[in-house]
Amino acid sequence: MKYAGIDIGSRSIEIVVLRNGNIVHSAKTDTTFDLLAQCKLLMKGIEAAKIVATGYGRKLFTDESGINHVEAITEIQAYALGARRIYPDVRTVLDIGGQDTKVISLNSNGKVVKFEMNDRCAAGTGKFIEFMAAALQVPIESFGAFALKADKKIHINSMCTVFAESEATSLMARGEKPANIAIGLHQAIVDRTFSMLSRVDGKTPVLFAGGVAHNPCVKSLLEEKLRDTIIIPDNPDMVGALGAALYSAGR
Amino acid sequence: MSEDYKDMWKSLGLNLEAHDMLLKALGKGYQDIYMTQQNRPAGMGYFDFVMSEVHGLRIKELIDEKRAGRKVIGSFCVFVPEEIVLAADAVLVGLCTGADFAMEDVEKLLPRNTCSLIKSAFGFKLGKVCPYLESADMIVGENTCDGKKKSYETLNDLVSNLYVMDIPQMKSIKGRDLLKAEYMRFKNAVEELTGITINSARLKKGIEIVNNKRKAIHKLSILRKAEPVPLSGLDALLINQVFFYDEPIRFTESVNKVCDELEMRIRKEEGVLPKGASRILISGCPMALPNWKLPWLIETSGAVIVGEESCVGERGIKNLTDNSGNTVEELMEAIIDRYFKVNCAIFTPNQDRLKDIEEMVKTCQADGVIHYGLQFCQPYLMESISVEKALEAKNIPTLRIETDYSMEDVEQLRTRVEAFIELIK
Repeated sequence: MKYAGIDIGSRSIEIVVLRNGNIVHSAKTDTTFDLLAQCKLLMKGIEAAKIVATGYGRKLFTDESGINHVEAITEIQAYALGARRIYPDVRTVLDIGGQDTKVISLNSNGKVVKFEMNDRCAAGTGKFIEFMAAALQVPIESFGAFALKADKKIHINSMCTVFAESEATSLMARGEKPANIAIGLHQAIVDRTFSMLSRVDGKTPVLFAGGVAHNPCVKSLLEEKLRDTIIIPDNPDMVGALGAALYSAGR
Repeated sequence: MSEDYKDMWKSLGLNLEAHDMLLKALGKGYQDIYMTQQNRPAGMGYFDFVMSEVHGLRIKELIDEKRAGRKVIGSFCVFVPEEIVLAADAVLVGLCTGADFAMEDVEKLLPRNTCSLIKSAFGFKLGKVCPYLESADMIVGENTCDGKKKSYETLNDLVSNLYVMDIPQMKSIKGRDLLKAEYMRFKNAVEELTGITINSARLKKGIEIVNNKRKAIHKLSILRKAEPVPLSGLDALLINQVFFYDEPIRFTESVNKVCDELEMRIRKEEGVLPKGASRILISGCPMALPNWKLPWLIETSGAVIVGEESCVGERGIKNLTDNSGNTVEELMEAIIDRYFKVNCAIFTPNQDRLKDIEEMVKTCQADGVIHYGLQFCQPYLMESISVEKALEAKNIPTLRIETDYSMEDVEQLRTRVEAFIELIK
């Protein structure tokens, strides 16, 4: 019997298929403007006894995909389940995705006790990084490594994507090194994330998931701030889909 | 609503085109949110009717009352004592503050970072779409939060009949003295407006009518706590909202009818949702008609709301006014005592509100609390943090929501609400 989990995020969609508790298939694609078509593409050839959807597209998927045996859970639950499978002792899950940031606090039995999410504004999320990388004309994949080359940390005051972009632009106009601006932008994200972690009283170990976990600068600044190492799984994008698949298989 | 009211609306100076738009949106919202609910008590039919005629028949009634010599007083707050208004044969109505309207015009007069409730009041005035405001002979503003207090200075330029009541900020002897002085001044103002001298018999009668209205809601609040829950939180909220608009005696009868039906339902274990649905207590800012956003999200996510610690809810109707006094002075003291117990977040400190929330969690057997804060509402947002901490220290799961009247954040809110329901299951 196969069980699938699909995480339909604002930027990408991931699928994980389990058989006897082992991952037998996983794949990822961009969300695009037609997320249902993208989901179908990912689902092609997959026969699962049950599929569980999570992410912001979960409702559309359960209502419109035409697939039976579909259920939806929130990202909070999916990430908590997935993270615990990867690292059973995890107490805090941090996910920075395309349009939202969430922190989830688990008790020692792995139950979600509290969570925080950013509000409607995408400040401090993957979207913010994407905009800032574009403003500094650095490819998003290497933006973190680029920032780590800084020789000093410029303080960026604004957390709003629009304001931070104009702040970065005026810094560039004053001749500031792009890498120094870049690390300032990363620090702004980390400060914001850290305050969310404090609000849930986040205990260590912390597992960092979502697309932004690929960014080495966010990781290193966050560790500096936490004064502890954080765990980044091999496939940080797949944690939500894995959690959904585990839920599908009945945990 | 029928075409018959067009002339009436015109005579009130409403902008018919804008008003039509508002009614269409209201009708659609009501249809989508209320009429899609399952297993509603038949007695809710009355409230459906009230809603369908909220700008029609009810306004016609008010105009008829005015023709018969009664005065209409409009209010934005539960601190305006209805007892005094009724004692002078006047009618008290809540004014519209539950939906965004004419926001571009509003933001010319008020800072953008003003809460939705205040902006809404201005939107209805500037858009000329609130027949209650336009029928009012006196509009009562009250110095509760800074936002309202300062915005009345601006509202005063837009209307000719604004009366501003000062409200204390501390539950001290001085605070009570202030409330007393202001209620006495209000009594005089109402007497002057109506030409009626309020005597003890009149005041007693006013108190009785309002107490009966509150008693009906008290009964409803107890009945709706049954398991399975016999009445949706949306419907209970609607009843609490209509409280501010309807003719009080008819309203009381209609609520009591719903209560009779709920008693039957409880005997038959008939619920709006099956047994075991997560039970949520809402606490925080008032939800004025037609603000149904958060309750709708909660109740379409598989949970049910069992109480509202809110001015449109328990906080607003909690205590009765002692009717045993024989003189105007004694009865006025009783009115002051009753209102001075309202635990609004404008008071500092305000620990009694926390006690109220904890008490409601117990009596409602709530699985968790969702704290509802309107964006930019300083008093409630400030308290939301200490309320959350205090409740969590007692292992009561709490979710803080901060939002406004717009629908753009609905999906983000839905994720949080659903995740909270998963957490408390």
